Amino acid sequence: MTYLRDVGVLARKDLVLELRARDTLPAMLLFVVSTLVVFHFVLPGDSSDLAAAGLLWVALIFTALLGLSRAFAAEGEQGVIDGLVLAPSDRSAIWLGKALSILVFLGLAELVALPAFALFFGAVDGALVVGVVLADLGIAAVGTLLAAMATASRSRELLLPLLFLPLAIPIVVGGVGASVTDDPGRYVGFLALYDALFAIICWASFEYVVTE
Amino acid sequence: MSTSLRNNRLPALTGLAFVLVVTAIALVFFYAPLDEDGLNQKIFYFHVAIALTAYACFGWGGWKALRVLWKRDERADLESYVAIHQGVIFGALTLVTGSIWARYRWGHWWEWHEDQLVLFLVLFLFYAAYFMLRFSVPPGPRRTNLSAVYALFGVALIPVSILAIRLSQRFIHPVAFDRGGPNMAASQFFTFCVSWAAMLVLAAALYNVELAGKRIDVRLKELREALR
Repeated sequence: MTYLRDVGVLARKDLVLELRARDTLPAMLLFVVSTLVVFHFVLPGDSSDLAAAGLLWVALIFTALLGLSRAFAAEGEQGVIDGLVLAPSDRSAIWLGKALSILVFLGLAELVALPAFALFFGAVDGALVVGVVLADLGIAAVGTLLAAMATASRSRELLLPLLFLPLAIPIVVGGVGASVTDDPGRYVGFLALYDALFAIICWASFEYVVTE
Repeated sequence: MSTSLRNNRLPALTGLAFVLVVTAIALVFFYAPLDEDGLNQKIFYFHVAIALTAYACFGWGGWKALRVLWKRDERADLESYVAIHQGVIFGALTLVTGSIWARYRWGHWWEWHEDQLVLFLVLFLFYAAYFMLRFSVPPGPRRTNLSAVYALFGVALIPVSILAIRLSQRFIHPVAFDRGGPNMAASQFFTFCVSWAAMLVLAAALYNVELAGKRIDVRLKELREALR
């Protein structure tokens, strides 16, 4: 029970911090809408809706990267991460709390992105929404761990996209499959499998990322 | 193991690798019968053997990474790194040989429909990022941990990517193995096995050579520090 309370407190800390400083979320919202506008000019006039759906996933992945690159910024600057590691709670709670707050950011960004996409390019169906939700879980789980890794390195934000994109390729395959094919079921199932597998690995290995 | 063999393990392994590679080349060109595809099918013996060897290297690197985290085995960090380094070299060779094969079979240097090639491209990008990570963290326990965790991600990524790539495209890669066993003549299968053994022993020899070199580097650095 204390574990869940720790997770809740850590996630709440991030959300309160964001509510006061408004560093990350406005940037993500503006970025995702600008990207969609850029995509309008990227696509030729007679391109299909399927191409637009594919580009939506590019926009979502890069927006997530933008948010993730700031995920541990506050912790890194003031040495807060050392304090959190020393706190008498399980280290994986730090990961879970951060992943939850990232999940909230991603959800809010997509609350803007999906209606904007529907407005600019065409219909958004249920399978796409399910795909986005499952992809968010995977992005938050893997991305949070990789963001913690990138924070520990010298190159910091530069490294995160390099670490993240190869691991995000299965997410993109599942997400695009769920949004463009007639048979989204197997792709949704694949995304769920990815989420479960990588959530377990991240949960188990986060301790080693923040400790020595 | 006798003392002389233990002292000369590296030369013995290297010699064995040389003999096996020469045997494999001889078998491929003079023993294995020509397929209906003609001469270009010969690269199959190297392409698939190199690809399976690359998997073995990545798997070995992942196992050593697990040892780092689980048993706090300090020496396993370098072993994991060297195994992944060899895996990336063999992975790059897989990309090159696969690309040549695709050129003669389908007429293009790059074939997105070939699962193996796409998978190795993903893995190549992933493990290239592993090196970026490793070289942007100062040496020490933190780097050991980060490298090990990322290497473990690689082991999980391989099956997930295979599944993802299968899902994402139609299947035109020629099936060399099916459920009924190897789908080729016995002489071809024998040649393939020798070729695979040759590549595995070659990788093991390269792994041990690089590991010995890296260990000498570390030892030299320690001695320099001690003298200072």
